[in-house]
Amino acid sequence: MATQTLMRRLPPVSVMIAGLVLAIMLVLVVFAPLIAPMDPRDVSSYSLIDMEIPPSFMDGGDPRFLLGTDNQGRDLVSVILFGLRISVVIGLGAVLFAAALGVVLGLVAGFFGGFVDSIVMRIADVLVSFPTILVALLISGIARAQLSADTMLTWAPLVLIFSIAVNEWVQYARTVRASTMVEVARDYVRAAKVIGLPAGRIMGRHILPNVMSSVMVIATINLAGAILTEATLSFLGAGMPPTYPSLGTLIRIGNQFLFSGLWWIAVMPAAVLVILVLAVNVIGDYLRDRFNPKLMAR
Amino acid sequence: MFRLFSMRLLQAILVMIAVTAIAFVMFRFVGDPISSMVREGATQAEKDALRMALGLDKPILTQFFDFVGQVLTGDLGTSFRYQQPVVSLLMSRLPATLELVIVATFLALAVGIPLGVLCALKPHSFLSRLTQATTLVGISMPTFVTGLLLILVFAVTLRWLPSSGRGDLVDLGLWKTGFLTLSGLKSLILPSITLALFQLTLIMRLVRSEMIDVLSSDYIRFAFARGLPRAYIYGRLALRNALMPVVTVTGLQIGQLIAFAIVTETVFQWPGMGLLFTNAVGYPDVPVLAAYLLFVGFLFVMINMIVDILYTFIDPRLRTR
Repeated sequence: MATQTLMRRLPPVSVMIAGLVLAIMLVLVVFAPLIAPMDPRDVSSYSLIDMEIPPSFMDGGDPRFLLGTDNQGRDLVSVILFGLRISVVIGLGAVLFAAALGVVLGLVAGFFGGFVDSIVMRIADVLVSFPTILVALLISGIARAQLSADTMLTWAPLVLIFSIAVNEWVQYARTVRASTMVEVARDYVRAAKVIGLPAGRIMGRHILPNVMSSVMVIATINLAGAILTEATLSFLGAGMPPTYPSLGTLIRIGNQFLFSGLWWIAVMPAAVLVILVLAVNVIGDYLRDRFNPKLMAR
Repeated sequence: MFRLFSMRLLQAILVMIAVTAIAFVMFRFVGDPISSMVREGATQAEKDALRMALGLDKPILTQFFDFVGQVLTGDLGTSFRYQQPVVSLLMSRLPATLELVIVATFLALAVGIPLGVLCALKPHSFLSRLTQATTLVGISMPTFVTGLLLILVFAVTLRWLPSSGRGDLVDLGLWKTGFLTLSGLKSLILPSITLALFQLTLIMRLVRSEMIDVLSSDYIRFAFARGLPRAYIYGRLALRNALMPVVTVTGLQIGQLIAFAIVTETVFQWPGMGLLFTNAVGYPDVPVLAAYLLFVGFLFVMINMIVDILYTFIDPRLRTR
């Protein structure tokens, strides 16, 4: 009996496995420079002699390179670790930016209502009818036309974060706006207004804590989407440059060698990407069902 | 009802004006249209002359209205890269995209609906469980990875199917089709499966949940009580009602479809509008980008409006609002 109640409290096995996978990946991401066998950015640490070696478990593999090497002789484990790092950072960045923008606009729209509300929500309606990838590609194209190739190199991560977030804030704004409209009618907000607290303080200190839990759930679900969008953009050549490759860029590079039979250069980073996204999706679905059954994905 | 229509129309027009304004800003201010058009080493006088000729010295609002006039007459400028009118470029790529999208949607419906029904009717059968597990992986698998794996297995390893292009085409005058040749049809297989997969998961899940809902309703239980044949109840009575939302969702998913078509076309080097667009992003070919935005914006506005209006015909409850 006691074990049964305990079992019911614990999340399902699939969620725990996903959590473990994600935890391991996060450790790898944080300590990538210490764990990676070599530094893919340091040209002296690899050589062309080692190029195109298959993974170590295959014929012709080399025990030094667990997942094989790419066309420049770089160890795929190291390249993927650093790529994973970039993918996760951009995914988190996009989610944070979108959440911040969406929460602020949702609070303002829900709190003031009327004209402000309709302006914000109409913009949201228009944006959301365009798919994120399309908007992000457009922004990337514009950035490319405006910035020189060198500046584009340094600004690429920020352009990516911006172009993913520019569409994704809408979900946060809609949810926060709906909850804010409920909270505004409650006594504690009315009381805060009566004693003359400024609007910003009421929104930030009193309403925000009450709408934060749904924001967290959306953020987790969106993280998987943001990582996928970044990977897709990089794969299409509109994301991270080959000098600072994310997982998507690595798959793009590997794609060129698919026909030479060097499948591992593309498949290994792709496998890591799919495992990462699958783990985040499983956890996001669980959180959604656990904390907010009414909140549907989109 | 008239009020609803006019509201929707007004909203559609506002959206179109916004999209046109963005396209105009892109044409006019992103990159320098003059430096991309004049020959190398042109003098300042030559540049000024071109500026005058293009009307770029006029006030900004006049330029905007000129631009709107051009768009309405079907003039969307000249591609920086191909030195061709953008409209004819887009139109020459349209058949490829349409053929791909139509085949993929047909495939998704033809496979997704039966699988969804199966998962609703026999949730514990082996095939249903397999399908359910596959969809979770399918959702986490990006389109380009699916395409890549299909190429790896069927084009590189097995050498059964081509991995890129449209194969041999038959020119029907306005339309170059790949439907009429063997190589054209073979080239269509991998891209259309890739594009169909993401729709398929969605349709399957939707049909399944709708079907479960419908099956628990009173009229179905009554039909069982009357002793009507099972095939008639499932096929005629239940599925028909379960399919209603599928039709609307498929219609509203067109935006996603366009986005995924861009990715699929790039993976398979399928010479459609999506590939034209990704190439324009890398170049960067601003007129093509802006024209594509206008085209897609127009498409979305039209589809959303049609779906909204259809709703009011299908569901009388919406008419009173």
